[in-house]
Amino acid sequence: MTAPASLQRYSPTAIAFHWLTATLIVGTFTLGLVMTDISGLTPTKLKYFSWHKWAGVTVLILSALRLLWRLRTPAPAYPSTMPAWQHYAAHGTHALLYVLMFGVPLSGYFYTLAAGVPVVYFGLFQLPLLIEPDLALKPVLKSVHYWFSMGMAAMVVMHVAAALKHLVVDRDGITQRMLPFSTHKEHQ
Amino acid sequence: MKPLRYLVLASLLVPLFGQAAPLKVDAVRSNVSAVFKQMNVPVEAKFRQFNALIDYDAKRPEAAKAQVNIATASLDIGDPEYNREVGKKEWFNAAQFPQASFVSTAIKPGANGTLAVTGKLTIKGKTADVAFPLTVKADGGKQVFEGQIPIRRLTFGIGEGEWSDTSMLANEVLIKFRVAAGNQ
Repeated sequence: MTAPASLQRYSPTAIAFHWLTATLIVGTFTLGLVMTDISGLTPTKLKYFSWHKWAGVTVLILSALRLLWRLRTPAPAYPSTMPAWQHYAAHGTHALLYVLMFGVPLSGYFYTLAAGVPVVYFGLFQLPLLIEPDLALKPVLKSVHYWFSMGMAAMVVMHVAAALKHLVVDRDGITQRMLPFSTHKEHQ
Repeated sequence: MKPLRYLVLASLLVPLFGQAAPLKVDAVRSNVSAVFKQMNVPVEAKFRQFNALIDYDAKRPEAAKAQVNIATASLDIGDPEYNREVGKKEWFNAAQFPQASFVSTAIKPGANGTLAVTGKLTIKGKTADVAFPLTVKADGGKQVFEGQIPIRRLTFGIGEGEWSDTSMLANEVLIKFRVAAGNQ
């Protein structure tokens, strides 16, 4: 790799937040596709629904902590060689990703409440019933949750494609700032 | 003319002092539901079809009688796809046992102004004795009967095979009802 040594890496905290939420989001999304594909009613399906909700709530909590952290700790600057359009594209994608990190779990949370099924986190404690069961609202929230999730998937694909382009094509060291292990000596 | 007048008056009063007659159930203001716990998540589902025969006179509660019939396949668990499962063999087996029923055997004054009701609950061809407190109150010209009957679903074989796992679906199920009934 020809990453310029001058590029500052993200802090270990930011890197940990990133990869933890990334793993959970991909896992929760996949589980969502698998569980809704099971027809009828089976214990496995109900188990997956519960796990999906626990994971989604965890993403929401982590995202809130991460956003607080991000607001207090600026991200390392991009190299001056990066074109302006890439700045806009990156900021736009990151902003949308942050919006959806809240939008997807929140829409799912309200969807299950509207369906009359509260979330009992890890089967241990019931989370607040913020709305009453509402059969008219249920299908609306269902499609909001679906399209937010699909929007999130599209943004993740965009994000990964850009990261790969910087890593493999541009080789400008931008992607390395967020990789869990630095390959060579870089400034912290 | 006086005797005739008394006769008319008497005929009007007879229904008030006569034998307890079955009350008419107000279906709109009545409901029967089951509260179950799935992986510790409480879910309340309503039975959409049921009928109740209630013979009750506030002056003679011990003479009261109640019978409730419920269409088992009418349990609404929140989704048309899931509701189709309810009538299946491992659940209510609605083809063979379309009705669940409760028939009272004794009604006595209970604690705190409630009535202590005992009766026989039959679901999926299996009968068990149940006892529960019943509250009766007047509301908008109707009598409202309310109560909760805790049961164990496996006593009646509801949720067989892979569903008999009580860590997935708790054995304890609460049947909640509210029946509004009046003379007219």
